[in-house]
Amino acid sequence: MNSTLSDPNANVARQHWMSVLARAPAEAIESALTKHGPLPAWTRVRGPETGLVMVRGRAGGSGSPFNLGEMTVTRCTVRVGSGSAGHAYIAGRDERRAELAAVADALLQDRPALRESLIEPLAEAQREHRLTRAEKAAATKVEFFSMRNMRS
Amino acid sequence: MNTALEAGFADPVHDAQACFRAVLDAMAHPGRIARITGVTAPSPLGLAAGAVLLTLVDHETPLWLDPDTEPARRWIEFHCGAQIVADPAACAFALTMALPNLDRLPAGSHESPETSATVICQVDSFATGKVFRLSGPGLREPRSLTVQGLPRDFVSIWRRNHSLFPRGIDLILCAGDRLTALPRTVAIEEV
Repeated sequence: MNSTLSDPNANVARQHWMSVLARAPAEAIESALTKHGPLPAWTRVRGPETGLVMVRGRAGGSGSPFNLGEMTVTRCTVRVGSGSAGHAYIAGRDERRAELAAVADALLQDRPALRESLIEPLAEAQREHRLTRAEKAAATKVEFFSMRNMRS
Repeated sequence: MNTALEAGFADPVHDAQACFRAVLDAMAHPGRIARITGVTAPSPLGLAAGAVLLTLVDHETPLWLDPDTEPARRWIEFHCGAQIVADPAACAFALTMALPNLDRLPAGSHESPETSATVICQVDSFATGKVFRLSGPGLREPRSLTVQGLPRDFVSIWRRNHSLFPRGIDLILCAGDRLTALPRTVAIEEV
């Protein structure tokens, strides 16, 4: 894990997969993990446990930070066989999801090649979901032609 | 990559409450020995020392580590989230594998004696070793305590600490899964 921390590229890659895992539903993570055979054995190091995290915001993205509110977060840390520790922080209180995401994080650190089959499909599904929502919202956009015409 | 990260309490809330109670009882009745269960701790820490750390130490309590505890450092950082300080004079808790030099630890001030350090010291055993006679608040009758692993001149070191009252350092002794406490108020003599 120390080598991961010292390499900025590996850090960025890990940030990416952790964010994808944090948004993925438990069934999707589980089916992606079991595609390669049975789940590996793991031990719980901490959690899964649920708590509150203060979300801070900045007015306009650049103002001084303020406390926006608290959100429910479930975190989990596991150790998979070989000794790699996987961490996961997810929104909500789905402990199974946090645990599976942590297992996936541990496996990805040992075998980065898994990204292709594990993370990419999940990321793709999330991208599509975002796109569909954006399109749905875009369809309801109102163009105020009349106002524009009046002004010109 | 150092050793694999190990778990802490099996049931964090209840195990920490039980351990807190054990430490509280030991402080109130110096020399009373309590047994700790439900915890995993990495070597060189015993179960009791690990449990006390998980129970008492967090990000608000600066912790000083004796260099001999280095193999457990990652576990402590992960589970306690403690700020580990290099200067023993700046700590609220000290974790040691042998009695440290108490003069280097904060003993508090007369205005706020509670700012002194609490030392979590691992010893070898409470079953064999030197016998000490404890007396003071919390002990109706003097009580004897057997400890293996304290320095030879412990009684004179303690006399100096005890004489600082209300300042002074509190000691939590841990051996394997057992712990006891020696608050600054207790007087110790060799038998």
